[in-house]
Amino acid sequence: MGEAIVITSGKGGVGKTTSSANIGTALALLGKKVCMVDTDIGLRNLDVVMGLENRIIYDLVDVAEGRCRLSQAMIKDKRFDELYLLPAAQTKDKDSVTPDQIKDIIVELKKDFDYVIIDCPAGIEQGFRNAIAGADRAIVVTTPENAAVRDADRIIGLLESQKLRGAKLIINRVRANMMKNGDMLDIDEICQILAIDLIGVVPDDEHVIKAANSGEPTVMSPTSRASIAYRNIARRIVGDAVPLMALDENKGAFTKIKKFFGLG
Amino acid sequence: MAAIKHLVTIKGVKEGLIFLLDDTCKFDSLLNDLRNKLTKTHQNILSGPEIQVQIRLGKRIISENQKQSIIDIIAKRGNLIIRSIESDVNIVQESDPTKQLRMLKTIIRSGQTIHHDGDILILGDVNPGGTITSTHNIYILGSLRGMAHAGIDGNEQAIIASSYMKPTQLRIAGIISRPPDEWGIEEAFMEFAYLSDNQMKIDKIVNIHRVRPEALELN
Repeated sequence: MGEAIVITSGKGGVGKTTSSANIGTALALLGKKVCMVDTDIGLRNLDVVMGLENRIIYDLVDVAEGRCRLSQAMIKDKRFDELYLLPAAQTKDKDSVTPDQIKDIIVELKKDFDYVIIDCPAGIEQGFRNAIAGADRAIVVTTPENAAVRDADRIIGLLESQKLRGAKLIINRVRANMMKNGDMLDIDEICQILAIDLIGVVPDDEHVIKAANSGEPTVMSPTSRASIAYRNIARRIVGDAVPLMALDENKGAFTKIKKFFGLG
Repeated sequence: MAAIKHLVTIKGVKEGLIFLLDDTCKFDSLLNDLRNKLTKTHQNILSGPEIQVQIRLGKRIISENQKQSIIDIIAKRGNLIIRSIESDVNIVQESDPTKQLRMLKTIIRSGQTIHHDGDILILGDVNPGGTITSTHNIYILGSLRGMAHAGIDGNEQAIIASSYMKPTQLRIAGIISRPPDEWGIEEAFMEFAYLSDNQMKIDKIVNIHRVRPEALELN
């Protein structure tokens, strides 16, 4: 029996889909059997980021409505044998499936996969309720901006009221230098407000944009800083004792990586 | 057989019977023992003509529902007439709920609202976007980063105290204030807000006894 993890944030554009794609791929890199589920019906993106758009035949709504079998809708990744994607429909909207339908699909997927990564749409409406319906755990993505932190806080409150406690936090698009100057919200500050465990800090990295546009998840590149951050997150999800980055250690890691770049 | 502690002791007096109910055990076990005594062990003694019964609760304070369940059990035996149910404690008239302190261990997150009629003590933070309202005082053992409204029914004596005072907005009765325009505070630790001449004022918590000596009096 696998585990279903929903990647959510409340606010749009903070990197839910990017995080889903990269965590999913990084877990596959670790040899896990992973299925990514895009629940952003009507605005699907995960297939684009994964470079699998042209392979879609059936989608989540087709499965929910019984037009095809679950296995028919799942797309095998080009890079990994044990990485699959269940795409969202692009022509319908969020109300075309119910939380119970999604829950049934997730339960089914959990039988075959080690991890089911659910990409949640932005917002707190039906789409959000669908996405969290089958999840065992939640990862909340935020960026060091007030608005994103505010929305993350709201989402954590909603998750807790849905009995999804123990959500983990990813702080995305961190710029170490801006943080040092106090121009960006501090990691400590964010953790203090949100009061949940940090599972990773992902630096702002141009490579992420490049990778997303080429349909190749960032984690495939062994040198990108964001890639290393996502790989660490995946290892923590699996339960490896990668020391959870405290801010100081984090800076240490950054400088190490910088040095690595300097040398390379 | 080891001596089982009797939770219900029955004494005979001139006027009838006195039921002494143990005040240290769980209420449910007490009811069980009472039921047991009435229907099984003491059935013989208790049957017969009508008997007046006094019930002594010791130091236990019971609710109306609990009282009713005792009455129900005893009423099952038609010949027992309850004359009184007494407790050693002077049951003060169920104290005014607005004088009761409600304690909450939680984080009030963005979009969440907590309201209480009376004093409220939060063990945790009130995050930006979170709202806490009360007809009386608000005490926060944690950070106040959201909105707090004390004395929402117009009580201008209400205060808002917080370990870390960085609210998005403070309201007491009808006065709305937002930091830091009229407060002029530098630190934000251990402070409380109160109204003075319809102005929101902020002061150190150590001074609370001077400004609102009655604020912390609880029944």
